[in-house]
Amino acid sequence: MDNENLKNIINSVITDCEFSGDETQFLNVIVKPEDFRKLAEFLRKNSETHMDYLFCLTAVDWITHLFTVYHLTSSINNITVVIKVKITDRENPVVDTVCDLWKTAEFHEREVYDLFGIKFKNHPDLRRILLEDDWVGFPLRKDYKDEVNIVEL
Amino acid sequence: MTEQELITNIETVPETQEYFINMGPQHPSTHGVLRLLLTLDGEIIKKIEPHLGYIHRSIEKMCEKDSYQQIVHLTDRMDYLSCHINNEAVCLCVEKGLQLEVPERVKVIRTIISELTRLSSHQLWWGVMGMDLGAITTFLYGFRDRELITDIFEETCGARLTMNYNVPGGVMFDIHPNFQKRTKDFITYFRKKLPEYDELLTGNVIFTERTKDIGYLSKDDAISFGVTGPSGRASGFACDVRKRFPYSAYDRVQFEEIVYTEGDCFARYKARIAEMWESMKIIEQLIDNIPEGEHKAKTKAVIKLPEGEYYQRVETARGELGVYIVSDNKKSPYRVKFRSPGFSNLSALDTMARGNKIADLVATMSTLDLVIPDIDR
Amino acid sequence: MNFNIYDFTDFVNSINVWLNTVFPPAAADIAGFVIIGICFLTFITLLGLSLVYIERKVCAFFQQRLGPMRVGFWGTAQTIADIIKLIFKEPLVSKGSDKFLFNLAAFIVIIAPFMAIAAVPFAKGLHVLDFDIGLFFITAVSSIGVTGILLAGWSSNNKYSLIGAMRSGAQIVSYELSVILSLLTIIILTGSLQLSVIVESQRDGWWIFKGNIPAVIAFFIFIIASTAESNRGPFDMAEAESELTAGFHTEYSGIKFAYFFLAEYINLFIIAAVGATVFFGGWMPLHIGNFEFFNNIMDFIPPIIWFFGKIAAIIFLIMWFKWTFPRLRIDQLLTLEWKYLLPINLVNLLLMALVALSGWHL
Repeated sequence: MDNENLKNIINSVITDCEFSGDETQFLNVIVKPEDFRKLAEFLRKNSETHMDYLFCLTAVDWITHLFTVYHLTSSINNITVVIKVKITDRENPVVDTVCDLWKTAEFHEREVYDLFGIKFKNHPDLRRILLEDDWVGFPLRKDYKDEVNIVEL
Repeated sequence: MTEQELITNIETVPETQEYFINMGPQHPSTHGVLRLLLTLDGEIIKKIEPHLGYIHRSIEKMCEKDSYQQIVHLTDRMDYLSCHINNEAVCLCVEKGLQLEVPERVKVIRTIISELTRLSSHQLWWGVMGMDLGAITTFLYGFRDRELITDIFEETCGARLTMNYNVPGGVMFDIHPNFQKRTKDFITYFRKKLPEYDELLTGNVIFTERTKDIGYLSKDDAISFGVTGPSGRASGFACDVRKRFPYSAYDRVQFEEIVYTEGDCFARYKARIAEMWESMKIIEQLIDNIPEGEHKAKTKAVIKLPEGEYYQRVETARGELGVYIVSDNKKSPYRVKFRSPGFSNLSALDTMARGNKIADLVATMSTLDLVIPDIDR
Repeated sequence: MNFNIYDFTDFVNSINVWLNTVFPPAAADIAGFVIIGICFLTFITLLGLSLVYIERKVCAFFQQRLGPMRVGFWGTAQTIADIIKLIFKEPLVSKGSDKFLFNLAAFIVIIAPFMAIAAVPFAKGLHVLDFDIGLFFITAVSSIGVTGILLAGWSSNNKYSLIGAMRSGAQIVSYELSVILSLLTIIILTGSLQLSVIVESQRDGWWIFKGNIPAVIAFFIFIIASTAESNRGPFDMAEAESELTAGFHTEYSGIKFAYFFLAEYINLFIIAAVGATVFFGGWMPLHIGNFEFFNNIMDFIPPIIWFFGKIAAIIFLIMWFKWTFPRLRIDQLLTLEWKYLLPINLVNLLLMALVALSGWHL
């Protein structure tokens, strides 16, 4: 299956999405938080795509908005797709969890919550994972200030 | 005792109670500062809750301030046992962004040293695995043979553990004149020694009893948890990046992808032993055919990646390492994410060890081959 | 005072006579006890020191390294340095532990081997307690040690210690059976529990050779079971440093830790001594029936050297196990005892009875 087919499949599930697959190696699709769960479930369970391996889950802070980035691939056929969920609400960012679809997401979502403050709805155990429980702020956000530990050069 | 007294006596027998035990942060078999909160019923594990972050050094945050050349050095400190492969991942990712074609010589040198790193990592794992199961002698044997590899590294890279040999565009120095000879000597030596490893542990009844059908991980779970590397392949998840998405010189060598289907500790053990044979095979194919040429492609002093996102997967000794660089055309990356194999492998520990005994948890943990800095980053 | 390295009976008697001439009878007995006590304390200390050194050297050679080399010639003074360090260490008592039991445990653990060693026949005439139930006494007394281990685990207020102690309790109680049954197999042939009689009965050959196949089986079971009983690898479930950090003695430090350590090595010695006495004739030189010429040559080597030589061989065997095999799991350990060793042992006992009745032994 090539990227064109994949685009058509994704378009058949959700209509409101952007593609950008030209300048980078994988097909990128930007979706809204409310559509994301539906797309993820479809890609995981559909026999044609069968995306059963979530090999990277992270987030990127673009100041105006946040992206959670999911790198998905299939263990059967060689297709990869990068789903980016665009979250515009910086104060209270919420995305649906996918840890029931890919178990590895449980730890990775905790890590994203820990470092970016993105909350995952229905996550069974959303706590900080790398930092202490009483840490204030979300260090990987671009507006994070820590005068003690970070030396500005 | 009357019947009534007997009944009340029986009723007052206290029920068994689950209790908690902290395995770590300082514990001999967590191999670092990992803390596992175990819920136990007697010796049977009911639940495992890993608490991470004791050596979280915020490498990803530091990367956002550093230049691309500096990032490479930070990756040494993640999975220190396969540091060269970590370096390689970052360099490959940067080279992908720059669309830089590295000389053939560099590709071959990188591949050879990667495989030597993998060998040394597996040797150390073998020793530690034996020690976790109570056979302390294996630890010393593993270290004895690993020493020879670190000597080779020392001669060529100047360092024994955190080598920093890779730079974007190539390797830092050309290989030492003795490199080829010493590597070949080592392979001849180790081909004789590896069967000794088998004799000491693989055929041992106690060892097989301790590892067979212990810490079972099904193929579906392995994929779902993203358990990669020898651990994943022992469950039947064919995930060798060297085979699926060849990088450096892996596309020109012949080697087997080791896949077992049992998914227990013994399969993971066998997978790593078999991988050592494959690594030696790869080195033997390349060591006499290192092409002549530059050891480094020319790069600018200040590297700026074009705007965009770059992802590079490599196969470390522990599994799939992903480097995700988001660039905004500045001298340091906008965001770097290291998808470390240990982090995903650890998340499957609860599923694997639940219902087993404490002793089995130790066996399971050591066959997962956890390196804590790799998990915490 | 006539000192004879081949027979200590006269030497011991002459000391007794001399004591009785110097002191009144009651005081002479007490003086005798004191002398024996001092001898044993010195012996045990030296034994502990040398066994620790030997263990470290043996394990080093198994692991292709040199072991301690810095303190003294070939590191011989290393263990003395270790003991000095342990004496000067702070005796830590963890918070919330039962202090009385915590301190008592270390002493109970060390008392058991101290009592057992008194009944060991070292050479002809060099034998402190020669009961008619000598073997029974040794096995009974040496299992007091498990009480100390259980107390140590319980009073430490540490879950690792407790798990270690419980494992150890289950293990020692189980393996006690196999040790005693395997010894009983030989008792059928000797017809006595008295150690001096057992040794004398091997004048024309050791039981391991005379006792036919059942004796060999009994010896293997004895070695396995007694290794397990002394909590040594591959049966060191109670310590299991990779699982339980250090098991029942996690919380002990300084000299109290040294007691546990010492007790382990003296237990090792006692096991080897019992094994040597019952299966290999104790201090009895290697004799082949009525082959006088050979027997006389063997008799030329003093009994005390025979005794310690046999013990050294058995200790080396046990150390060899420890540094080669991985550790078993607790349920596998108990399975091994109750499902394999014990039934084999019972059958073996019957077999030996048959051998004894039919006169198939030599």
